[in-house]
Amino acid sequence: MSDIVLIAAHPQLGQSRVNGALLQRAAGIGRVAVRDLYALYPDYFIDVAAEQAALADARLVVWLHPVHWYSMPPLMKLWLDDVFAFGWAYGPGGHALQGKDLWAVLSTGGPESSYRPDSYNRYFFDAFLPPYDQTAALTGMRMLPPLLQHGAHRVDDESIAAHVEVFAQRLARYPDWPEIAELDAAPACEVPLDARPVD
Amino acid sequence: MEHGTPWLSSSLIYLAAAVLAVPLARLLGLGSIIGYLGAGIAIGPWGLSLVTDPRAMLQFAEFGVVLMLFLVGLELEPKRLWSLRRPIFGWGSAQLLGSTTLLAAVGMAFGLDWRLALVGGFALAMSSTAIGLGVLNERNLMPTTAGRSVLSVSLFQDISAIPLLALLPLLALAPAAADGGGGWLGAAKAVGVIAAIIFGGRLLLRPALRWIARSDTPEIFTAASLLLVVATAALMESVGLSMALGAFLAGVLLAESEYRRELETDLEPFKGLLLGLFFIAVGMSIDFAVVLASPGLVAAIVLGFLIVKALVLVLMARLMPVPLGERPVFVILLAQGGEFGFVVLQAALGAGAVAAQPASLLVACIALSMLLTPLLLVLADRWAAARLKSGAAGPKLDEINEPQHAPVLIAGFGRYGQIVGRLLAANGLQATVLDHSVDAVETVRRFGWKAFYGDATRLDLLRVAGAERARLFVLAIDDVDQSVECARLVREHFPQLTVIARARNVSHYYALRKLGITLIERETLDSALLSARSALEVMGWQPHAARVQALRFRRHSIELMEQMAPHFEDERKLIAIAKQGRQQLEEMWASEREQNAERAARAGWHAPLQRTVDEPRAD
Repeated sequence: MSDIVLIAAHPQLGQSRVNGALLQRAAGIGRVAVRDLYALYPDYFIDVAAEQAALADARLVVWLHPVHWYSMPPLMKLWLDDVFAFGWAYGPGGHALQGKDLWAVLSTGGPESSYRPDSYNRYFFDAFLPPYDQTAALTGMRMLPPLLQHGAHRVDDESIAAHVEVFAQRLARYPDWPEIAELDAAPACEVPLDARPVD
Repeated sequence: MEHGTPWLSSSLIYLAAAVLAVPLARLLGLGSIIGYLGAGIAIGPWGLSLVTDPRAMLQFAEFGVVLMLFLVGLELEPKRLWSLRRPIFGWGSAQLLGSTTLLAAVGMAFGLDWRLALVGGFALAMSSTAIGLGVLNERNLMPTTAGRSVLSVSLFQDISAIPLLALLPLLALAPAAADGGGGWLGAAKAVGVIAAIIFGGRLLLRPALRWIARSDTPEIFTAASLLLVVATAALMESVGLSMALGAFLAGVLLAESEYRRELETDLEPFKGLLLGLFFIAVGMSIDFAVVLASPGLVAAIVLGFLIVKALVLVLMARLMPVPLGERPVFVILLAQGGEFGFVVLQAALGAGAVAAQPASLLVACIALSMLLTPLLLVLADRWAAARLKSGAAGPKLDEINEPQHAPVLIAGFGRYGQIVGRLLAANGLQATVLDHSVDAVETVRRFGWKAFYGDATRLDLLRVAGAERARLFVLAIDDVDQSVECARLVREHFPQLTVIARARNVSHYYALRKLGITLIERETLDSALLSARSALEVMGWQPHAARVQALRFRRHSIELMEQMAPHFEDERKLIAIAKQGRQQLEEMWASEREQNAERAARAGWHAPLQRTVDEPRAD
């Protein structure tokens, strides 16, 4: 019985060092149901009912993807647009995700040192996370501290192995993480009825 | 005899003979024509002697040949016929004149009278249109080069029979008095009738058919189709022309009409049965008395003229050129004597150009050669297969002996298989290709494919092609029965192979599904959906909205197919599920349209927000 659902999105999984290893490891953990979006929906046509059903019983939702242009890969964004529907994930009657945890496991091509005001990415990486944080908040999910791997192209094999190990430990131990005890509950975000003039 | 019985009992005999003999012959791998001929021999005067007058039946059944040529004509628009004028007149005359001259020369070398040699040469040079085109149809070879060449030569023979029959009296031993004037008059009449058929066909037939079709009585349309052919044949017959040629002309004139398909489906069964009857009649009319009286002579004549004609045909095949793999069929289908030979000999006999004894000897030889044709074809097939297996199939096909190791096997390399194969090759994947068309194999080999000629429904061949070591088997054969047979073999003997299959239609899909194959594509689904997308776009849908609708339809259709799969033998249940599924989809989409319209109306009222059908999602 799986209480963790892992949504993975990598357009070139075959060339991936970090995401590929993470995905492979996660697939071997019994409580994790893996949904590899680029394998499931190569034609960018998402089965919304199936995706919503997969999320229904999960306590933890994991998003596993490389960061592209400071955001998620396009199919992951489409998944979000289609699956997190008004009246299901948010808005009146939209409580399907309420009380779940959301954990982003992200990788970047640039090294950590590039995410600084004096380097080419100009911002600390945290500056790119508010959309994730607010997505979790609006849908009533608690955002867990993201797991990051920077410099995915250059990092050595031992580091990747260590990263994968941390990832696997977390999945296996969830919700028994030291960080979780310190987290606040998700902030409540009610969307007022008149916020959507069209519907 | 009691009234009514002769009709009933002869129907009983013919139908029973055909129904018994044809499936038996097919079971033995001999083809239906041999079955009919065998049935004819069995019930004829020299078999069980159930029928005593084969001549009458032969005349009646010749109408099957007429119908066949009408149907051949239907497949051939005037433009294409025009493009065939060179093969018809060039190669047709080469065959007829070449064979006649050679045969007559051989005859005279054996000391025959020149008149007999010439008439005999003509009679034997004619080929059997019925057998030639019948085999082409049975094996689906009409569109090949060999098929078109056989048709061209047959057509020329039909055309040339006209002047030939007119000239026969001139060869008479005792010239008949004054018929020169009649000849000219006859020619004028003939030209007149052909002109009438062409102009009548162009101007009158279509309106007439439209008028009949509008009566909405299917059997009357069938009757009209038959009447059309009978009338044309009668018209031609009345001026001494070939009935078959007239029917062919009428067919060509209707090839572009909207009634072509309907005419085809209406006449097809009549043609099939009458042609079968014709072959039965040929079988019955083999005079075994003549054969038994001088078996050596008959054998020598049959073999001799087959060889002489084959020589001419081989030379032609090389010059035309007919593709190497199709040459055996081309040669065999035109080498035998034909029904026109009977007519020529009868006419010559009537005109006194030959005596009765040699005429009946030649008739027996022609009939025997017709019997030999399908047998020779079977032998040629076996030989080609054996050659393929032993790896001695000439320089281009000699690698089959070496076991193949490519990870992908593609069976059927026509339009479908080629697309699959090219995409794989472009991605650096090696594939071994099997196709039953030598032509296709030779072509793709030139592009560097490891293509082999062969029947993918043969286990030994699949083994040599590497089915035991490959990972993937792409089943792209276009013939449904062969595809299913091949799938069955692969599933049974090479379970490690993943099969990706092309389905021609729904029942094909289920047949494959039943064998446990899951990666099946219905061959027209996706291209039809792309057209439907274009249609929605033209009608004002946003291109992306059209795409989404097409993809939703596709998913629905595939789910429905899967739901129906367990019941595919229960037609009623299938129809019920299909209906229900379609209804669900239509209702769902109708209510979506309603919601969207409401939403658009409200948006128009509150704020001029741009909304499209494909964005049911929020924000």
